[in-house]
Amino acid sequence: MTYFPEEVVEHIFSFLPSHSDRNTVSLVCKVWYEIERLSRRSVFVGNCYAVRPEQVVRRFPNVRALTVKGKPHFADFNLVPPDWGGYAGPWIEAAARSCVGLEELRMKRMVVSDESLELLARSFPRFKALVLISCEGFSTEGLADIASHCNVNLNLNCFGACLVDSRTLPQLRHLRELDLQENDVEDRGPRWLSSFPDSCTSLVSLNFACIKGEVDSASLERLVAKSPNLRSLRLNRAVSVDTLSKILLRTPNLEDLGTGNLTEEFQTESYLRLTNALEKCKMLRSLSGFWDASPACVPFIYPLCHQLTGLNLSYTPTLEYSDLTKMISRCVKLQRLWVLDCISDKGLQVVASSCKDLQELRVFPSDFYVAGYSAVTEEGLVAISSGCRKLTSLLYFCHQMTNEALLTIAKNCPNFIRFRLCILEPRKPDATTNQPLDEGFGAIVRECKGLRRLSISGLLTDKVFMYIGKYAKQLEMLSIAFAGDSDEGMMHIMNGCKNLRKLEIRDSPFGDGALLGNVAKYETMRSLWMSSCNVTLKGCEILASKMPMLNVEIMNELDGSCEMEENSVDPSRVEKLYVYRTTAGARDDAPNFVKIL
Amino acid sequence: LKASSQPPYISTILLSHQHHLLLHFLHYTNQISPHLLLPHHNIPLPLISRFRSTSQPVAFSASSMEIDAENLSATELRLGLPGTSSSEDRPKKPSPTVGTKRALEDTTSEASGTGSAAGEDQDTTTPAKAQVVGWPPVRAYRKNTFQAAAAKKAEQPGGLYVKVSMDGAPYLRKVDLRMYKGYRELREALNALFTKSLAAAENGGDHQYAIAYEDKDGDLMLVGDVPWDMFISSCKKLRIMKGSEAR
Repeated sequence: MTYFPEEVVEHIFSFLPSHSDRNTVSLVCKVWYEIERLSRRSVFVGNCYAVRPEQVVRRFPNVRALTVKGKPHFADFNLVPPDWGGYAGPWIEAAARSCVGLEELRMKRMVVSDESLELLARSFPRFKALVLISCEGFSTEGLADIASHCNVNLNLNCFGACLVDSRTLPQLRHLRELDLQENDVEDRGPRWLSSFPDSCTSLVSLNFACIKGEVDSASLERLVAKSPNLRSLRLNRAVSVDTLSKILLRTPNLEDLGTGNLTEEFQTESYLRLTNALEKCKMLRSLSGFWDASPACVPFIYPLCHQLTGLNLSYTPTLEYSDLTKMISRCVKLQRLWVLDCISDKGLQVVASSCKDLQELRVFPSDFYVAGYSAVTEEGLVAISSGCRKLTSLLYFCHQMTNEALLTIAKNCPNFIRFRLCILEPRKPDATTNQPLDEGFGAIVRECKGLRRLSISGLLTDKVFMYIGKYAKQLEMLSIAFAGDSDEGMMHIMNGCKNLRKLEIRDSPFGDGALLGNVAKYETMRSLWMSSCNVTLKGCEILASKMPMLNVEIMNELDGSCEMEENSVDPSRVEKLYVYRTTAGARDDAPNFVKIL
Repeated sequence: LKASSQPPYISTILLSHQHHLLLHFLHYTNQISPHLLLPHHNIPLPLISRFRSTSQPVAFSASSMEIDAENLSATELRLGLPGTSSSEDRPKKPSPTVGTKRALEDTTSEASGTGSAAGEDQDTTTPAKAQVVGWPPVRAYRKNTFQAAAAKKAEQPGGLYVKVSMDGAPYLRKVDLRMYKGYRELREALNALFTKSLAAAENGGDHQYAIAYEDKDGDLMLVGDVPWDMFISSCKKLRIMKGSEAR
């Protein structure tokens, strides 16, 4: 193949969809390496510290879409101290110097400053899409810069904790997509919507569900009226039913809707208008929002239910199981359902009998205390598994589980790709036999041969890890909490799970023996996180000295102090450990409390 | 356990349930403060309500017509030999077979010993809500949204009015559950509302009453089993039942 002209080889490469395939072909020979790197359009960096930004942009100068991820996953649950790192600045600077053709930038769990956003705005003439998920560190000023400089269609998604001032958003002139999801937005008044310039007619997606304050309904209606391409619209709590009805009359092509406020104080007439408007939205497939929804307003969406494939009711503690089930029982085409545990086991039975096409289910807790109450048990999940045989992705918070139930579930749904079970009380045994849940999870990994992601909970001994190591050959990500008896548990995982990429462990009795038992493994993985385990400083030092290609970061943060000597419990015990492979060496932006060995 | 009125097998049944069940009862009798407890709703309900209402029904004292919470506490289950009285029991740690791997003992804010205010207003002491950092694994956005909603709900001026019926009374009453801090106050209020009806019934010789409520699933439940907050969020109607019916 090396005798083909470059263009032909490049064309052949363009059919390779995955990054790993392209990485593989680039290893064949120098010619292929060159062809591949110059024609690569999309680059994915799973850990921003695994490689230097300069290296990436030098190798792939023609990249159009760049994705970078920062903090470890447990940062979502406040386990990573603030100011740990994950700065977007170096990436944007490097790209600004070398990849002027950049069109899309996606970042997750990173710290993005206003200066970086300003640089971004100025540097890429063809820039189209900015996606920020669970990021932080910027404000309105930064967004205003993006707005004033970007003359092209802009796709802006912001998920997670970032400070966004609602005032400056509207200066985005040619906005295609403005998607602010799960942000902590500092609200400065309702006028931001009216500032969208008249020339902005390219809006495809608008999501401001997380903005807490009032919005100007007239502006919103005007904006929607001049956005014929609008496909996705997610409103915040302040938008009334009346406004929603008026908007929907303008958006017959809407595919995804997040409702505004649906409270007790309603006029039946408003709801009738709403039903009429909704009936016109023949393309509507996905529904969310339901802020403060009152049960009486639920019937308004009945006409829609039969066409829905996605439904997110997970922010609505005001709906009880009977209201939920009346709605869900009509959603026969549902593929994705997110609910709260107030749906109860009875409600899940209704889901099981109505939604035969269900692929993804998430049941969130409504009470976050460890000993909190939950109406959902193993029975609900067993019912789901017997009714929804196409289930592949599960996130389930419940207050108890049994081995028998897990065995049944595994037999019923062998197609799980993601299985995350969170029993609210740590180390809780089987609810009927008082035994550990080893056998149950063992059944899951044995039956679900395609399992890629697993989170375990409840009372678990080393045995469950033996099963996971033995059977979970496709497993890429494993989350462990309050589980295991000894180093042997972790060793089973390290030796058995061939495809493991990310391992995160908290509050489990694994120590240096496990940490050092298979050091070569870490070079095949993206990262390891261990917190509140039994690893010591000595063990980490040994690891660092044996494996120079790894960054071994330890974080001992007690009462805000960063001195390890002040650790009164045990100066050698490492509270938080983050190990990752890297070609970049030790990072230079680490804060005081992080020590890189 | 009251040895005189309880068949011995009941204690055996209870001990063979899983420890959570036992600790659940213990918690609600204020004998121990749990580190991690869940209200365990696998308890077959007839067992509880039968136990409670038949052993020693809530009795109205002839003179003051007061629903006596102390008497109710006498019927409560506790870990101990028959004959030990409530005042002697001290908050106990869970038995050694239980919770050997509980890692949270150092993270909970309230050790055993709190909430044991002489077994009086058991409903004002909320279950020790243990908070472990980053557990359950839920994103901060979700937690913040719910806390904001809960705070908003707490501010709401609107009351939580439910109907109260009493068997034999000519008409029903309404009470605002938000006005009361716990079960004791509720009982006092109900007592005050239904004074006349109670007096009339007393003369008929029927001294035994139980307070029941209808929850959001439509089931008739005995008042007092669950924490107060949970009760007011699920109570739809109250019903004061004659002892003969409550059996």
